[in-house]
Amino acid sequence: MILTLLRYTCRDCSRILLPTARIEQYCDRLKRLGKDKGPDVMRKKLKDIITASKSSGKCPHCKAKQKKIMLEKPSTFFEDDKRISPIEIRSRFEKLNDGDIELFGLNPAAVRPEWMILTVLPIPPVTMRPSITLETGERSEDDLTHKLGDIVRINQRLFENINAGAPEIIVEDLWDLLQYHITTFFDNDVAQLPPARHRSGQPLKTLSERIKSKEGRIRHNLTGKRTNFSARTVISPDPMLGLSEVGVPDIMAMKLTVPERVTEWNINYLKEFVRKGPKSYPGANYVVRPDGKKKKLTDDTVEASVEELQPGYIVERHLMDGDIAMFNRQPSLHRMSMMCHSVRVLPCKTLRLNPAVCFPYNADFDGDEMNLHIPQTEEARAEAELLTLVGTQMISPRYGLSVIGCIQDAISGNYILSRNDFSMSKSEAIDLLASVGVIDVSKLPKKDTVSGKEIFSVLLPDDFSFSGRSRSREEPDVVIKSGRLVSGVMDKNNLGEGSGLLLRNLHKKYGRQFALDVLGKMFKLGIAVLMKRGFTTALSDTDLPQEAKLQIQGVFQRAEQDVTELVAQYNSGRLDILPGRTLRETLELKILEVLNKARDETGKIVAMNVESYSHTVVMAISGARGTPLNLAQMAGCVGQQALRGKRIENGYNGRTLSCFRRDDLSPEARGFIKSSFKSGLKPAEFFFQSVVGRDALMDTALRTPKSGYLYRRLANALQDLKVEYDETVRDSGGRIVQFVYGEDGIDVSKSEGGVLNIKRVVSEVLEK
Amino acid sequence: MKKIDVKKHVLVPKHVKLSEKEKEEVLRQYNARFEDFPRILKKDAALQGINVKYGDLIKIVRKSPTARETVFYRVVVLS
Repeated sequence: MILTLLRYTCRDCSRILLPTARIEQYCDRLKRLGKDKGPDVMRKKLKDIITASKSSGKCPHCKAKQKKIMLEKPSTFFEDDKRISPIEIRSRFEKLNDGDIELFGLNPAAVRPEWMILTVLPIPPVTMRPSITLETGERSEDDLTHKLGDIVRINQRLFENINAGAPEIIVEDLWDLLQYHITTFFDNDVAQLPPARHRSGQPLKTLSERIKSKEGRIRHNLTGKRTNFSARTVISPDPMLGLSEVGVPDIMAMKLTVPERVTEWNINYLKEFVRKGPKSYPGANYVVRPDGKKKKLTDDTVEASVEELQPGYIVERHLMDGDIAMFNRQPSLHRMSMMCHSVRVLPCKTLRLNPAVCFPYNADFDGDEMNLHIPQTEEARAEAELLTLVGTQMISPRYGLSVIGCIQDAISGNYILSRNDFSMSKSEAIDLLASVGVIDVSKLPKKDTVSGKEIFSVLLPDDFSFSGRSRSREEPDVVIKSGRLVSGVMDKNNLGEGSGLLLRNLHKKYGRQFALDVLGKMFKLGIAVLMKRGFTTALSDTDLPQEAKLQIQGVFQRAEQDVTELVAQYNSGRLDILPGRTLRETLELKILEVLNKARDETGKIVAMNVESYSHTVVMAISGARGTPLNLAQMAGCVGQQALRGKRIENGYNGRTLSCFRRDDLSPEARGFIKSSFKSGLKPAEFFFQSVVGRDALMDTALRTPKSGYLYRRLANALQDLKVEYDETVRDSGGRIVQFVYGEDGIDVSKSEGGVLNIKRVVSEVLEK
Repeated sequence: MKKIDVKKHVLVPKHVKLSEKEKEEVLRQYNARFEDFPRILKKDAALQGINVKYGDLIKIVRKSPTARETVFYRVVVLS
């Protein structure tokens, strides 16, 4: 800024280097630009105008010759080759007139350019730089104090030297040193300067470091703070909890409190808490008098406090079942990363949540920790409940489908239940339904044995109709007619999170509370079915009959022959080169093709020969966990290990491991794993798997922080875009970003998977 | 070298210059100043061959994966 002002104003008369006519010509345009795009753009434009109209280095007002001004960073100015002193610069700035200043983007009513050059240094008070007394009685001063000490010392020396009439070089050196200390007092990582250090060598933390970046005052202390009434521990699953409940350890519940105001009506109820004191549950930790005095309850003060209690007092009682809590897991990328749950106080030391809400939090139980916050006022509780209760977050604003759904065992269970071959006696079915909390079983048909589909239908409301698709090849069409599951199986496509419209439609038709209830029941029903029936994965799930093993061997032999043939063609130069590839690349591609085909074939053989309703297969086809490929890897063969899209090539010169011959292009020398996980891997195969495994691990470890930062930037850039009433998306300045939100104007969270089902809307209107 | 007309490329949407009257209409519809509209450079390849000046409004009709066809407006700027 100083440089701009020096360069573009006259050194004699301090007018802007533009003829008066031009100033008038550009004044309005510049001011408008400044208003639109900020002073930086405006200044740049001004520079362009002046550079364009520079009349041979002469001032258009007083005709004085202009000299070239250079800035030697950080703080020395040269005019031609002569140094200009700060005093000189300041005196030039003093002469600038108000109209010119405005053109440079400064408001003359509020600021004068000469204020940019300090004549006195403001000293921050000691509260900003407290000294610490160590145990040894030694005093340790703050970094800022050290810096100020330096400044004062050098300033004194400069003063003495000038007074003593020291030679100019010495004065100038001292002057520079003082400038250095003052610069580093404000900012200790100016690019051209060595940072000022302690005697120990560690850089001093000066003013700008206190404010800047993540650990600075703004991001660390002002935008984000540590908070009271919060808790954090390891999480673990509890499927018996409701979807919108959170299990809080009892020891936590005795530390977290909820304030309750004493009234005539609840005084006896609250006295009970006070009487119990802080050590027995449910008790209270504090009593607040009407004058705001807070009293901690201890064993000695309990009796007195109970007596003292009267309307107007506030009791901070222990957390109890049904209280409201905000539950959160970092990184909070979503609005679903922070939801409101109702508290269930439980024994043991972990926070518990229903596994169905893992997905929106992106939580698992391998040691994840989560945070809990207890709103302290009635308003906060109401707001949390209305805006962030689990039910309100059920439909994702990203794709308009449910973000909570059945997972893992719950899917397997519902799949088995809704398959056509499932049936049980009616009394067993009633038992089953009762165990998930369904009491009204009048929907069950009056037969002695009932089918699984009929049991599942009990959960559905009577007027619910739905048609969709399932993953299953046998019963791909899911049809629900007036609350009965007519055909189709329940699998991940219908019950899982982020897929299928079943949950979405339930939510739309019956509201969130109902949808959440049904989902919770479905979840428990699935698990209950498995508990009744038994469910496990066994080694025998991967057993193959002898002829299948022979078939697989045959596949390998053929693949190996094909590869040998390809290599022979390659060696003799008979291989047809694919366009855009080298000979070698062609060979690799062809080999990869052959080997992948072999892997797929073994996969098929495994799929055909493995027992069709073994539990492993059930999990794979219902989508609960695992894929048919995983099964093929366990029973058939693991397949080619690929590193960056290629077979493994590196290691020794021309070979992957020392046990192979050089330039051996055979499958097993380049990372093809013939064995299955069940039969066990050969040493070389194991090594190849480890290579790829390590690479994948490194990749995720390196990618996570990168994508996190990318997301932060994206979120910061988009955070104040807003859809206006005319459906345009605009930023905070009213500038249009999109003319219709999302180009189709659909609020995804109110749609079904991002589209509006016009047909259904019409038919529903016609019905009425 | 053969000159390629980018406007004929499948990925370049249709750009139409609006008349003064139409422009007023659009500005009124969105209750916005023309500074609030997204911009397009006068030297933009898609505008070559059309006679446009600073402040003209260009109507762009694009294909959209969500809405089949969508209308977008841009105001011509010089730089």
